[in-house]
Amino acid sequence: MKKAIISAALGAAAIGMVATGATAATLDDVKAKDFVQCGVSQGLAGFSNPDDKGNWTGMDVDVCRALAAAIFGDATKVKFTPLSAKERFTALQSGEIDVLSRNTTWTATRDTSLGLNFAGVNYYDGQGFMVRSSLGVKSALELSGASVCTNTGTTTELNVADYFRSNKMEYELVAFEKADEVVAAYDAGRCDVFTTDQSGLYSQRLKLTNPGDHVVLPEIISKEPLGPVVRQGDDQWFNLVKWTHFAMVNAEELGVSSANIGEMMGSDNPAVKRLLGSEGAFGEALGVGNDWAANIIKMVGNYGEVFDRAVGPDTPLKIERGVNALWSDGGLQYAPPIR
Amino acid sequence: MSIQDAGHVDDQAKVAFFNDPKVRSWAYQIILVLFLGWVIWSIRENVSANLEAQNIATGWGFLGTTAGFSILQKLVFYTEASSYGRALWIGLLNTFLIAFLGVIFATILGFIIGIARLSSNWIVAKVAMVYIEVVRNLPLLLQIFFWYFAALRALPGKREKASFLDTIHLNITGLKMPAPVFGEGSSIVGIAVLAAIGGIFFLRRWAKKRQEEKGEQFPVFLTSLGLLFFLPLIAFFAAGQPIGLEHPVFSETGPMIRRGFALNTGLSLSPEFIALFLALVTYTAAFIAEIVRAGIMAVDKGQSEASHALGVSNNFTLRLVVIPQAMRVIVPPLISQYLNLTKNSSLAVAIAYPDLVAVGGTILNQTGQAIEIVTLWMVIYLTISLSISMVMNWYNRSIALVGR
Amino acid sequence: MTVYDKNKVSFVRSEMVGESPPPLSEVGFVGWIRKNLFSSVSNSILTIVGFYLAYQIIYVLVNFSFIDAVWSGEDGTACRAPQAPGDGACWPFVGAYFDQFIYGRYTIAERWRVDLVYLIGAIGIAWLVIERAPKRPLVAVLMLTAFPLISFILLTGGNFDYSSNFLWTSLIVAAVILVAAFAIPTMTKSNPWPTMITVAVVLLILAGVLLLLSIDFGLPEVETSLWGGLLVTLVIAITGIVFSLPVGVILALGRQSNMPIVRIICVIFIEFWRGVPLITVLFMASVMLPLFMPKGIHVDNLLRAMIGVAFFASAYMAEVVRGGLQALPKGQYEGAQALGLSYWKMMGLIILPQALTLVIPAIVSTFIGLFKDTTLVSIVGLFDLLGQMASSLSDPKWSSPMTPHTGYLFVGAVFWIFCFAMSRYSVYMERKLDTGHG
Repeated sequence: MKKAIISAALGAAAIGMVATGATAATLDDVKAKDFVQCGVSQGLAGFSNPDDKGNWTGMDVDVCRALAAAIFGDATKVKFTPLSAKERFTALQSGEIDVLSRNTTWTATRDTSLGLNFAGVNYYDGQGFMVRSSLGVKSALELSGASVCTNTGTTTELNVADYFRSNKMEYELVAFEKADEVVAAYDAGRCDVFTTDQSGLYSQRLKLTNPGDHVVLPEIISKEPLGPVVRQGDDQWFNLVKWTHFAMVNAEELGVSSANIGEMMGSDNPAVKRLLGSEGAFGEALGVGNDWAANIIKMVGNYGEVFDRAVGPDTPLKIERGVNALWSDGGLQYAPPIR
Repeated sequence: MSIQDAGHVDDQAKVAFFNDPKVRSWAYQIILVLFLGWVIWSIRENVSANLEAQNIATGWGFLGTTAGFSILQKLVFYTEASSYGRALWIGLLNTFLIAFLGVIFATILGFIIGIARLSSNWIVAKVAMVYIEVVRNLPLLLQIFFWYFAALRALPGKREKASFLDTIHLNITGLKMPAPVFGEGSSIVGIAVLAAIGGIFFLRRWAKKRQEEKGEQFPVFLTSLGLLFFLPLIAFFAAGQPIGLEHPVFSETGPMIRRGFALNTGLSLSPEFIALFLALVTYTAAFIAEIVRAGIMAVDKGQSEASHALGVSNNFTLRLVVIPQAMRVIVPPLISQYLNLTKNSSLAVAIAYPDLVAVGGTILNQTGQAIEIVTLWMVIYLTISLSISMVMNWYNRSIALVGR
Repeated sequence: MTVYDKNKVSFVRSEMVGESPPPLSEVGFVGWIRKNLFSSVSNSILTIVGFYLAYQIIYVLVNFSFIDAVWSGEDGTACRAPQAPGDGACWPFVGAYFDQFIYGRYTIAERWRVDLVYLIGAIGIAWLVIERAPKRPLVAVLMLTAFPLISFILLTGGNFDYSSNFLWTSLIVAAVILVAAFAIPTMTKSNPWPTMITVAVVLLILAGVLLLLSIDFGLPEVETSLWGGLLVTLVIAITGIVFSLPVGVILALGRQSNMPIVRIICVIFIEFWRGVPLITVLFMASVMLPLFMPKGIHVDNLLRAMIGVAFFASAYMAEVVRGGLQALPKGQYEGAQALGLSYWKMMGLIILPQALTLVIPAIVSTFIGLFKDTTLVSIVGLFDLLGQMASSLSDPKWSSPMTPHTGYLFVGAVFWIFCFAMSRYSVYMERKLDTGHG
């Protein structure tokens, strides 16, 4: 119901912008309006991308779906707001959205001085480089003298500056406002190098005229932990978003998936029982039903399922699990236990 | 004021206090001021509450912080280690550069098209008309995109070049020209240029005076041109050729990535600059052409007929009779077109030309200090606008017809 | 002077010789060509250059859009090198995305609502433009009031909920205004009823509008984030013009007013918006406006851009209206005052009708500018026609070297048709309004 929003705006205009009292806790707001308002990107294949009919798919989108499943037991009770890099934090800060799930990098500044809280890491990313294979470049260290296309207003343009400076390489930076423009300019041959988060490179490569003519270089020049973001100062909501992600990771670790959740419901494993809510009252402690995690897994799936469906080797993006594998498989995805 | 008014009311005791138009008008105004004050106060309250809630820093301290990002085109020294303030300065200079060059070329092109539009030659007039009607009725942003994305693909690739006289080269990385290198003694050439300009100034005054006194004409234009060309040339050779040229380095061998023009050699204009420049010039020229046409048509036909009747040649009629009168009509809207061009240059943000708005946007993203950045933009553009309108008012006064 | 003796001269013509036809080289096609194209050497050169230019442009355009163009295909492969006949337009791309260019991502099942709005708008505008149509003033008023309201309900779906907070506040505000409308005329010992009735009617209309917006017409809601393409372009441009006309008039009157504070405020307001580029206004609307609002009040993304554009347009409109006010001879003001008309009656009945008619061409020009400027909203993340087209260019399915050119050509043609039609109308009005005095 955006209706409330517009009427509030009309009201503001009519009564001259008098404050209408403080906002309640986010979770209560969300329950009252009966959906989660989720900020996503304006279109990044594999993370948040609308199809022709306006249906959103991708890993970041699934975070929001899982949240809706945990709160309402209905993964469809979520609305998406496409945001540019510039708007995203303002939208969250001003309360326009409840959660920002838009391949956003967790940094110290954002965590502290922007009034935000990062509720976990749903994708460990790093900034990489893409070049034309015809250049014969094998390593990013050979890129001296290159012209580099990227997005403005993100950490990428700072990282690339650091990298080229510390390796004493010359470069020319062409920074665009929108991702589509970066792709168009790179495709036209304006730049030798396209740099952004590696996941973004794989995703944007699909948009090039001949995706096969371009390679992603092995170097990763930065740590880009991407995850959902909430406003500071609402611990209940922060916990819920955080544990929604952890529930999915725990589910994969415990071998619970959307396919086998029916039989797992009867499992004797106490950890599985706690996860699925037949033991303990972990859901209530978060302010939702005890079957919260069961709903997430039933409706959205565990972390591995989400990954494979959105960006995995069977998708056009063809991204390997790599550092995003579970800790038990040598990756970085690690969730605290539910107990 | 109100005390004075109150006294005034007492004087004419006939009218009831609240029916006095003056009292009423002040009452309305006080209500308006109170209302506006309240709106501004509540905005201020909301802003400070919001900023506090969101933990966003305020103040201008960020201007001194290290920027950390690189800028495509810098007219003065700038590195990633420079401050945000410096980055904004670079952006402002880039805005000035595009506006300055844009204004000059748009004026030239606009006058040519405007005069062509009035040409007695049918096809020339039609081509000019079609140009004006097409360009004026298309969004500028679309034209910028066209010049950048469509024309960009038509240029030679990064490892190739199209050359003109082997000194000016063009490819997708931009227009590359030799850069002047100022050696020792080059200031002498600079002084010679200034001297030539001063000389021309005095020459014109002298020639005008002579013409007024004796009726003899002096070829001022040719002499000026000669002066401007030869004086610096003589100084250049006298000082031992202190100014050299640094040609852009183009390599065709070595690893693929190093082929093409080397960075930071020669003088380079980025394709972003060229696209924005072409779009602004062609767009504004269409408007200027219409202004020029209207201006020339506003001069009464009798003026040129009278001039011809006096035996003044066509050329002199145009120069001495028509244009001076047309200028009075042309200049005010012309200057507002200059202002539009300057403001339109902010569309640079769409194609990565680092002007004031683009650089400011980057900083806004990194610091989150929206209020400071937007305020800075507004103040700078308002300053430019107001100074240009001041110039315009001054000019209007100076050319206004002196009433009899 | 010598006087001729008729008898001494052998022959004197007693009547005029008939006019002989002009030489062939001066009439007809040849004459026209000689006169208009080859009157001198330099003119001949210009002619040749002109024809060459025209030929080049027409050749490239015709070649691109027709001869080398690809007309059918399921995806971009038809437009890529081996299949495509040359560097021609890729029209199937426009065909595939046509609906998105017109409606954006508006829910497909609900697109009839958009069509209905387009239809009403087209009929209304045609009515206003055709001079012989009956009741044009009534239609004009409806187009400025009922049309936006109907469109708003149709496009969003209506059915708004009001918070009780809002309802109470508006009730109190309404009551205060009513009391004031009664008290002030009573204090000044004039009849309070006319003022009261006017105010009450206005309040009732407002209440009616609010009520109308809250009725559930059974239309599913379509969020503004789904709107796009031509729809957004027209919505922003039309709200801009509908808002800027009255506000522009008020600002222009304020600037001419003899109340110093009102004048100063209006001048500052007008010069501020006219002095800054629209893109900074849009950035301000998108990043600063949320900070201005109290907690819990959110302004929709589209609404933000609309507010920015509306303020910006009002300032320009104010200057246009001021031009009209200043162009009226002083006698009109003095005549009205001599008749004893109040300020508002003088303005509403004598001055504004004349001043506004006088500046119709300038208003249309402002609207053309506004219409073109709506493309800037794509920079702040909205999808107008240009933005929608640009975003569809990144669809890998349709990527081909000529896809961008095709898209830009299509969008350019749409904008050009709208703007050119409006500019022709403005020229026509200018001729019609030209009373021959100027």
